[in-house]
Amino acid sequence: MLEATGVETFYGNIQALRGVDVSIRRGEIVALIGANGAGKSTLLMTICGNPRAASGRIVFESRDIASLPTHEIARLGIAQVPEGRRIFPRMTVLENLQMGATVAEEACYEEDVERVFELFPVLRERQRQRGGTLSGGEQQMLAIARALMSRPRLLLLDEPSLGLAPRLVARIFETIGEINERQDVTIFLVEQNAHHALRLAHRAYVMANGAILLTGTGRELLDNDEVRAAYLEGGAGKTDVERGGDV
Amino acid sequence: MTDATAPPPSAPGPFHVRGALKEAGLAAFVMLGLSLALIGARIDDVSGGLAVRWRPFDVLAAVVVAFLGRLGLAFLRAGRPAPVALASGLSCAALAPLLAVSATGGGAADWARTALPFSGFAVNVLVLVVVVVLALRAGLAWRFGARAGARARAGAPGAETMDRLASVARRAAVHAVPVLLLAAVLFPFLPFADRRILDIAILVVTYVMLGWGLNIVVGLAGLLDLGYVAFYAVGAYAYALLATEMGLGFWLCLPFAGVMAALAGVLLGFPVLRLRGDYLAIVTLGFGEMIRIVLLNWYEVTNGPDGISGIPKPTFFGLPFVRSPPEGTESFHTFFGLAYAPIDRIVFLYYVILAMALITNQFTLRIRKLPVGRAWEALREDETASRSLGINPRNTKLTAFGIGAMFAGFAGSFFATRQGFISPESFVFIESAVILAIVVLGGMGSQVGVVLAAVLLIGLPEIFRDLQEFRMLAFGATMVLIMTWRPRGLLAHREPTIRLSGKGAVRR
Repeated sequence: MLEATGVETFYGNIQALRGVDVSIRRGEIVALIGANGAGKSTLLMTICGNPRAASGRIVFESRDIASLPTHEIARLGIAQVPEGRRIFPRMTVLENLQMGATVAEEACYEEDVERVFELFPVLRERQRQRGGTLSGGEQQMLAIARALMSRPRLLLLDEPSLGLAPRLVARIFETIGEINERQDVTIFLVEQNAHHALRLAHRAYVMANGAILLTGTGRELLDNDEVRAAYLEGGAGKTDVERGGDV
Repeated sequence: MTDATAPPPSAPGPFHVRGALKEAGLAAFVMLGLSLALIGARIDDVSGGLAVRWRPFDVLAAVVVAFLGRLGLAFLRAGRPAPVALASGLSCAALAPLLAVSATGGGAADWARTALPFSGFAVNVLVLVVVVVLALRAGLAWRFGARAGARARAGAPGAETMDRLASVARRAAVHAVPVLLLAAVLFPFLPFADRRILDIAILVVTYVMLGWGLNIVVGLAGLLDLGYVAFYAVGAYAYALLATEMGLGFWLCLPFAGVMAALAGVLLGFPVLRLRGDYLAIVTLGFGEMIRIVLLNWYEVTNGPDGISGIPKPTFFGLPFVRSPPEGTESFHTFFGLAYAPIDRIVFLYYVILAMALITNQFTLRIRKLPVGRAWEALREDETASRSLGINPRNTKLTAFGIGAMFAGFAGSFFATRQGFISPESFVFIESAVILAIVVLGGMGSQVGVVLAAVLLIGLPEIFRDLQEFRMLAFGATMVLIMTWRPRGLLAHREPTIRLSGKGAVRR
């Protein structure tokens, strides 16, 4: 479905991606894990065209999107939940959802709203509240719901667990699995929380210093000693697992 | 007389009189330091040069007033409004008639003037205002229970009262809008609406329209535009040139002037697409000046600093407002069989600008509910997120600039036809600043707020023209006060644009 080959991205003179190859097949959940500054978010943003890839090809459903502007990529059926959620704080929950439906058919609007409200019932209760007054978890739900309003075929998630309580993290990951299964949305997930991400994902990539280091199924990587040492048994990762792993 | 402000030295109880006296003494001391040089010495023009005249009694009065006022506040804070209410009420009763008498002529006035605390009339008025406010506050607290008031203040400082004010204003606005609208429509027929008042009203409504237009750019799309007056100028010159050079009428030129201004807006929009915030503000500021300087120097077309005069007045469906129409044609009063009255034209102008402003308002209210309007707001909130949702930031920003500029163009051609004469002088930076101030003080994005702010910033200075050199001081003070009390604008409130349409469909 999405095929990135030899992608290189620069921020000014600094090279953030050094020839990244990633492939995502339809119906999969693919996770991308790695340390801070490895280039995970950059890869996700590059797929969205912001920043543009300096070289390499990004093919989505047999169309090269590497040179398209962001808003046109969004129209092709790729939705993004950006890092830090970036909901519209002064607009109500419902208005946020409607902004998500910018590229969708108008006729499906009510049905889509109902669909995301079923996925996140708390948003239904909060529909008239301003986005900025929601709690962190609710904002994350809103960000995912907003992205789903465009009926994407590929959903890019950037650190959905960021800043959430462990119990909520488990709940969000559960929902991501649900979206993938029931609504036939392919998911590409960038995560620091490697344990959760690897358990959920069909396949995963490990990234370091702007390049792909390892790849395999989620299970394989979970059992891989290198991955365990680097990403699962570090301080923050472990406490997360202990506290919220099996809620 | 002012001594009457002194609260009776009774009722000590848990209230620390010494603390209050100390506080009041400190205030008096600060006042002494401030007033000694500012009030105490006055430089007068005497024959042969300047002379310093000392006014010790004014300084003394200032110190006493500060002392008593502070003491009164301390009493209020301690929940003892009764003595303050009595004392300030009594001093009001003493001050007001004295002031009134002093404003007249004759011996009584002289006597009243010596009895008043200060020698300047305006200062006495100020003292009276302060005392009245104190009396009202104390009186209210006395009547409705000081304890509750004090407790509420201790419990929730600031924030809650602000919210309450905003929500009261919101609820009031629902009823106020039709009333205000009716008042605006009937305004020319009110008994006090003479030529001067109507002229001020036309000016105010022009600025209301400009404020609403700029609100699209600044309030909705969040693009800080410091050069808005440039589009006003483009509209004015477009109409003026078309009318004087080609003899076209106002109504024919109006859409054209709007289009010209919109084009100028898009022209400005292109280079600043990638700029935000401060940087955008600087470039728009530069653009505003560029337009003015072009108008000033392009002598062959714009007539430079001499401006364009003899711009024709608008007609009522082809009927001009003149006393004696040329042979074979009719004018407004002959057609309707009325007696000629010069004010008819002013009333007509008032209705023209009122209609144009209301159209601007309706347009804004409606476009907010359309995809492009909502895209403006989304772009204001978060450009990156908007782009990833499929909003084209370039087109969205350009429409905001273009449409905002179009309304400025309409207002500009109205300005040209009303004045009959325009020159680059009318389109200086301060105009942009005033329009922006109206939008900001009104509360960004608030339509009713713009009206309030325009009345305050344009109407009051015109009405208080008699204050002469203090006019701009009052203007500045108004702005400072508004920003202190209502930092997010008079009516900072954003109305949601969608609710669920089908009641059953999406609601639980």
